[in-house]
This record gives sequence, structure tokens and C-alpha cells, in this order.
Amino acid sequence: MSGDFPVALILILGAVLIPVLPGLLRKAWMLALPVIAFGYLLAIPHGLHGQVELLGQTLTLMRVDKLSFLFGTIFLLAALLSVIYALHVDDTMQHVAGLVYAGAAIGAVFAGDLMTLFIYWELTAVSSVLLVWARRGEHSAATGMRYVIVQLMSGMFLLAGALLHWRATGSLEFGHIGLSNTAGLLILIGFGIKSAFPFLHNWLMDAYPEATPTGTVFLSAFTTKLGIYALARGFAGTEELVWIGTLMAAFPIFYAVIENDLRRVLAYSMNNQLGFMVVGIGIGTELALNGAVAHAFADIIFKGLLFMSMGAVLFRTGTIKGSELGGLYKSMPWTTGFCIVGAASISAFPLFSGFVTKSMIMSAAAMEGMTLQWLVLLFASAGVFHHAGIKIPYFAFFAHDSGIRCQEAPRNMLVAMGIAAALCIGIGIFPGALYALLPYTVNYEPYTASHVVAQTQLLFYSALAFAVLMRTGIYPPELKSVNLDSDWLYRKAGWGFVVTFRLALTETRAGLGGIIEGRRLAIADFLLRQRRPEGMLMRSWPTGSMALWVMVMLLAYLVLYYVG
Amino acid sequence: MTPSTDTKKYWLDESANVTKLYKGLWIACGLLIAIDLFLHRHEDFDFATVFGFHGAYGFFACVALVLAAKQLRKLLMRDEDYYDKDSHER
Repeated sequence: MSGDFPVALILILGAVLIPVLPGLLRKAWMLALPVIAFGYLLAIPHGLHGQVELLGQTLTLMRVDKLSFLFGTIFLLAALLSVIYALHVDDTMQHVAGLVYAGAAIGAVFAGDLMTLFIYWELTAVSSVLLVWARRGEHSAATGMRYVIVQLMSGMFLLAGALLHWRATGSLEFGHIGLSNTAGLLILIGFGIKSAFPFLHNWLMDAYPEATPTGTVFLSAFTTKLGIYALARGFAGTEELVWIGTLMAAFPIFYAVIENDLRRVLAYSMNNQLGFMVVGIGIGTELALNGAVAHAFADIIFKGLLFMSMGAVLFRTGTIKGSELGGLYKSMPWTTGFCIVGAASISAFPLFSGFVTKSMIMSAAAMEGMTLQWLVLLFASAGVFHHAGIKIPYFAFFAHDSGIRCQEAPRNMLVAMGIAAALCIGIGIFPGALYALLPYTVNYEPYTASHVVAQTQLLFYSALAFAVLMRTGIYPPELKSVNLDSDWLYRKAGWGFVVTFRLALTETRAGLGGIIEGRRLAIADFLLRQRRPEGMLMRSWPTGSMALWVMVMLLAYLVLYYVG
Repeated sequence: MTPSTDTKKYWLDESANVTKLYKGLWIACGLLIAIDLFLHRHEDFDFATVFGFHGAYGFFACVALVLAAKQLRKLLMRDEDYYDKDSHER
């Protein structure tokens, strides 16, 4: 089968039909789209397809190789799970936005050149913001605007870098880029915004918790992992990424411990997981790259699952604040169970997906002798269990009984969570299937006695720390609050600067106006004085004075003549 | 979402049972660390083969994390409507 037709367009063009289809048919159509797209993807051979000549450049709309196939597969799977999860939603706009967004991310993954990448890159931004705005509040309107500005800016960096790269190399092909010149740096910043590098990260914690319960599930799958894909393609082995990733893995967990909005806690833990992937890409060995993309694959499923469980809580109770929840296991036992599976997976418990993927990155770091980074990553591993593995299920479903009694999540949500949970366990027990999809041959065995024991010890003692701190009352309680992060710079400091600057400007203008007004009167007065009928310039002069002045000038001339 | 009306008692509602779980966790941790006596763990770093390394690291890392985060609250925590106070905020 010819692969010239971009797989992304199946979702994007298919989404256009959603508003015109009636109820049941619409649902069937939405479910069918990712399945059709995946069938098509399986049928086309690896290689370059859909090449278009434009302005002397060859654009490649479909590059199918192991890396893009892996990400295409997981994106289609995520799209299917998200559609199932959102099936009960009547708001067609969200369905269209979700599928166009998924399609755009898939288009970007299969883009063989930087221009095609850029176009899909921007489409993910524009389509995904609709999932934030779909919450339809003043708050989400503002958040969405901030989000889309940051996302489009990421595209601008990519575009600027791509054009410089074109001028330097004469080619737009999207292969290894590296950090050797300005083009590389600009593109890295563009990718870094999407992957939530430190200080470029805050759009994630700002926007994801503000989207609709189903919208966040879509969001959690695509944007950041597209960034990871692009980094793996363009910057594998870039040393700087090791430290950037280590920092990313460590600092968000401090925020996660004190954050009250449980979906925001998940956003911080997502940032922490992305850190592991970035480290893997930075190390750049075959094991490390395999680990990074495998972890991205696993993360899409378990983080999606966690966001689904919290979305279900938000949907049923109307709140997602840790300070208001608790005891929900009584009302939502299935959701509780699925959440715990997601929590065990992100914490890398043996037999769950995170265990077989994250450990590849840890091993790769150890093999390169990166002691300090390895210790920080181990700290981050304990920390992620602490906040995502324990805190999320504990404060939502257990802790003190909040007295909230609600219905279990809708059936479609439970089905989506069930499939995701099954995949988490499936990958954990049979990692071979995922390993076979990885870009390089895998010679890695996660289930050694040493590794299982060490990891179990690490996690159980982290749990013990949590329990001890809880029983002794040292653990900080969940408080209604907001914690300052780098968005403070533009939400408060930046805004404050604008307000102050505007005020200063107004005052300066007023002050200057006063001065000018005063001067103006003085000048007017001066001019008027001279030009009055009896003013100096308007006065009529006697002819004699003219003769006198001529005589003075002639005398002066005479004097100068003699002196000269 | 309605206030609690069901009178069903759950196992976890009994604080004695929660204490049982807590003690169980201590026992599990004790057994896990005991494995180190019999198993010579293969590690990439020599220091990680020390008895109880992973357990101690996990425990102290988490305590340090929580204590540090608690201090961080003093610096970072603001009212929930901190950003909404000036309504022009966009």
C-alpha cells in the first residue's frame, strides 16, 4: 500500500465530520478513526512517503521508521483511550478539538522535514487550547490565552531555527541537529518549551489542571511527548540535556508535595517523568535512548490513567482539591483501584510498566559513570512514589472521610481506565512486546533479583517515611493555596511591571504636560511681547537708526581690514 | 454529591485497623531489609551494595523532601486567589 496519504489527515479530516453525525453514529465514528488510522499505519512499509516539491525543497509528509512508528502507535492508542474516556461528553467542539489535536501530534511525528514539523507543531497548539477554553470560565479563558501564547512561541523558535538551519545546511530535513550553532540552539529552545524544560515549564502546571476533565487526558498524552520525540530525533547525545533532565526530575517533586490541586500534582510529576526521558536522550547511548522512548510510551499510558482517575473524581464531585477530598474509595472503588495501578506504574513497582522502562535510563546513567546524576534520579524516583504514588490516591480516596458520597465514574470512563490499567500491568509483566518496538535492539533484563529487591526496598521505605510523617503529624496538611512558580514572572512581576510602567508613563506625561503647559505660556507670552504692535520686532524704527547701524558695520569692517 | 448518609462501616474506618496496617508496613520493611543479609546485590556502583542502602536512601530522601517542601511553603505559598486579586490579570 502506498503511504503517500498522511496518517494524520485521517484523524484531522475525520474530525470534521463529527458535528454533522447523529448521536450513536458519531460515537462509532470517533472510535473508528484511531483504529482505521492504525490499520493504515500497519499496512504501509517503512520509508519516505508523500514527498512534495516546494520552492526547491523536498517536503516529506510521511517518514515511517522505528522511532516515528513507535510514537505514532502510542499516540493513536492514546487517542483511542481518550476518545473512549470522553465518549459521554456532549460538547462536540471538544471531540473535534481532541481528534484534530491528536492528528496534529501524529502528523508532527511523521514529518520528515522541519517545515512540515512546524505546521503540525502549531496546529497542536491551536487545537489543544480549545480543550482548556472548553471549560468556559473566566479563569480558563485567561489560562488558555497564556498557554497558547507560550505554545505558539515555541513554534516561532522552531521556525526561526529551521530557517537558519536551512541557510546553513541547505536542507530542511529533520534529522540530527545538535547544538553546534544558533540554529540548533533556537530549535532546542522550541523543543524545550514543549518538553517543559526548567523555567520553560510552567505552561504545563498552569494549563493542564484548568482544562476539562476529559480534555486534560488528551493534553497529557501529546504535547510534552511530542517534545520528547523531537528531542530524541534531533538532539540525541547532547550532553547539556543530562543536567537539564536531572534538574527537571528533581525540582518539581518539591512543588508536588505542597500542591493542593491534585491534577496540578500530576502535572508536576509529569514534569519529573519528562526529566528522566530528557536525561536518557542526553546520554544518547542505545540503552539510554531505548529507555527514554520506552519510558515515554509507558508514561503516556500511566499518566493518562492517573489523569483519568482524577478527571473522574472532578467529574463526579466537582472538586479536585486535596483539602476537600478523602474517603472516596467508598463511592468509587473501581476508580480507586485503577488509580492505584497508575500510581504503582509511575512509581516503578516491579510488575508495573514504569519498572521496566525507567530502569533502562537509570542503568544507562550508571554505565556512563554519572554518579551524582544517578543519585539525584534515585532521589527523584523515591520522591515520585511519595507524591504521585501515595499522595494522589491517599488524599483523594483515603485520608479522612470528607463525607462526599457520589456515583462511581461513568462506564465509558471505567472502560478507558480499565484498558489503560491492563496495559500498565501487561507492559510490566511482558516487557518484550514493548522492547521489540524500540529503535535499537534491547539487551536489557529488568527482572534480576538485585534490581527487584533494591527497587522494592526503595519504595517500601519511601512509603514508610510517608506513614511515619503522617502518624507524627509532621506531614504538611493539604491547604487551600497557590504556590509561586516561574509563571509568577509573567503573571505577577510582568503584570506588575506593566501596571507600574503604565502608571509611571501616565504620571510622567501628566508631569511633563504640566511643565510644558507652564513653558508654553511663558513662550507664548514672550512671543506675544515681541510681536505686539509696540513689541520689539513690530515696532517701527526711525531711518536714522538704520544709517547708524550701517555706519557701525562699515567701521567694524575698516578695523578688521587694518588688523588683518 | 451528598453528605454522608450511609451508615455502612468500612474496615478502614476502624482506627485500630489503620494501626494494624501501619505495623504491617514496619514488618514488611524489616523483612525486605533482611533480604540484604542473604542476597549479594549486583549494583552498578559499589556504594549501593552496602547493607540497606536503598531502604535508607528511600526513607531519608522522602523525609528530607517533605521537610524541605514544608520550608518551601513559607516562601512560595500564597492565598488561593493570589493571582485573581487584580482582575485585569490575563
